[in-house]
Amino acid sequence: MAKRIEAVNVSAYYGAFRAIDNISMTIEPKSVTALIGPSGCGKSTFLRSINRMHEVLPGAKVEGQLLIDGQNIYDRDIDVTAVRRTIGMVFQRPNPFPTMSIYDNVVAGLRLNGVRKKSLLDAACEKALRGANLWNEVKDRLNRPGAGLSGGQQQRLCIARAIAVEPQVVLMDEPCSALDPISTLAIEDLIAELKNEYTIVIVTHNMQQAARVSDRTGFFSIDKTGEPGRLIEYDDTAKIFTNPSVKRTEDYITGRFG
Amino acid sequence: MSVASHSARSRVTLKARRLPGWAPAGVGAAAILIAALAVYLPGAGGPVLTSVVAALLFLVGLGALSTVVEGGRAARNRVATSLVYAAFVLALAPLLSVALTLVTKGSERLNGYFLGVSMKGVSAFDNKGGAYHAIIGTLEQAGIATLITVPLGVLGAVYIVEYGRGRLAALIRFFVDVMTGIPSIVAGLFILAFWVLVVSPMFNNGRPEYSGFAAALALSVLMLPTIVRSTEEMLRLVPGALREGAYALGIPKWKTITKIVLPTAAPGIVTGVMLAVARACGETAPVILVALGNPAINFNPFSGGQSSLSLYVYEQAGTASKYAPGRAWAAALTLVVLVLSLTVAAKLLARRNKLAR
Repeated sequence: MAKRIEAVNVSAYYGAFRAIDNISMTIEPKSVTALIGPSGCGKSTFLRSINRMHEVLPGAKVEGQLLIDGQNIYDRDIDVTAVRRTIGMVFQRPNPFPTMSIYDNVVAGLRLNGVRKKSLLDAACEKALRGANLWNEVKDRLNRPGAGLSGGQQQRLCIARAIAVEPQVVLMDEPCSALDPISTLAIEDLIAELKNEYTIVIVTHNMQQAARVSDRTGFFSIDKTGEPGRLIEYDDTAKIFTNPSVKRTEDYITGRFG
Repeated sequence: MSVASHSARSRVTLKARRLPGWAPAGVGAAAILIAALAVYLPGAGGPVLTSVVAALLFLVGLGALSTVVEGGRAARNRVATSLVYAAFVLALAPLLSVALTLVTKGSERLNGYFLGVSMKGVSAFDNKGGAYHAIIGTLEQAGIATLITVPLGVLGAVYIVEYGRGRLAALIRFFVDVMTGIPSIVAGLFILAFWVLVVSPMFNNGRPEYSGFAAALALSVLMLPTIVRSTEEMLRLVPGALREGAYALGIPKWKTITKIVLPTAAPGIVTGVMLAVARACGETAPVILVALGNPAINFNPFSGGQSSLSLYVYEQAGTASKYAPGRAWAAALTLVVLVLSLTVAAKLLARRNKLAR
């Protein structure tokens, strides 16, 4: 199921502005990789360039190579929708489709990609909702609007929607920043379970969260505003948080940045 | 403690003197009484002058009383509140007046007979005739115009919002804005010159064909910019996060638009379409120019003159017959009820789709 991601000299631009510069890192399959760093350092930009979501914004482009299974997803003959089906994404704010029920939200990715068979959709819906730890809460009201759930439930609904298309990799862009501590805990538990099947990359501002959920941690930073973000250090989470090899990482983690 | 001593030194007063709750009503009653005495005793005017004088007296009286008892800020609040209410009443008065006049005058003749017969062979001395032919004309013309403009307008708005980049999109938006301001008579003249006099002779042995379809084309020219602009606004209100959420599931762009973006914006788009339909139903000038009008029933929108409700109202209002004004009012009421019921039906339909899916 899970795939290895190799980034080779990836740079991303917003128009003429270079947001990240020459990022190279290898993300191992079936692991959780956390990306930390100050605001504006390019963590989210890098995350969005992994499944070609960066180019959705007008004027944005990516240089360098991003290899999944040895294929560069930025090659000309790559089908973008196939890339995004392989690499799912969960966003900072829960974004369930407001016109759809809980059920329709979960199976949206399958149905809109041509799966019609009711039995297949039903099975996929239950599996994804169980996977996202939401099944017991919503199994009796699958036909109610997805937007009627609480914030934490909506975010788990979005995770269920993302894993319903059975991706190889799940990208999470600050998935807990809009949630309360209890919902955050539920999502962190979920990440620990998802790790058994998927490769997970998570962007977070919460360093305790990075330390709790991730196997490897990448620290991004910028020299000053207007400069592109760089990958400063990338290592095992335990090492980053106890004995980082770069001074800037240590300063950031211990709160002495700037 | 410094905090305690501070609060002891300068105690904050949160209480203030207030007028009793019945004060505005009392001032209002007094104002009406004084105004009535001042207007009716010298015989200066009637109820309109009385209410204007009473309103002014109320404003001055309440303001003065409030200034004396409550102070300046509260007085300004009371006066401003009264002015806001007055503006609301003034804005509502013409609407209620129109609705009331329409219903009282229109309902006199509005019955099954009126809705079921045309004006064919009805002379100035006949207390007969109806609007059947005009209702058919309005429904066919507005219906054809809607069929033409809704796909064009919605797809045009989708282009502007979802695909358009740079100069072309900006240019199209600019021309849509220009089109919004086209007077209906100009739209009618355009279709007269282009369709009736140039294109239609090709299908009619060289003779120009005035028809309901030509009227529908002219109405389309008027409806298109309204639909494009309102749809555009509604599409822009759909959060980008929804589109990104769909892209991230590997859903292609066109399916994201048709299955996620358009359904989310549907209630607003329907409202915009119904506004355009309502405007088209009320247009008279283009129908006069290119459909000419017809006292008889003509089901065929592609051949021969056709009437419409607004044209019928215009004709009857100008006809020298003591029975014509009644017919005009009844047709006007029919038109309003028709547009209203179409709007309500469309809104219900849009809402049901949203919940049931």
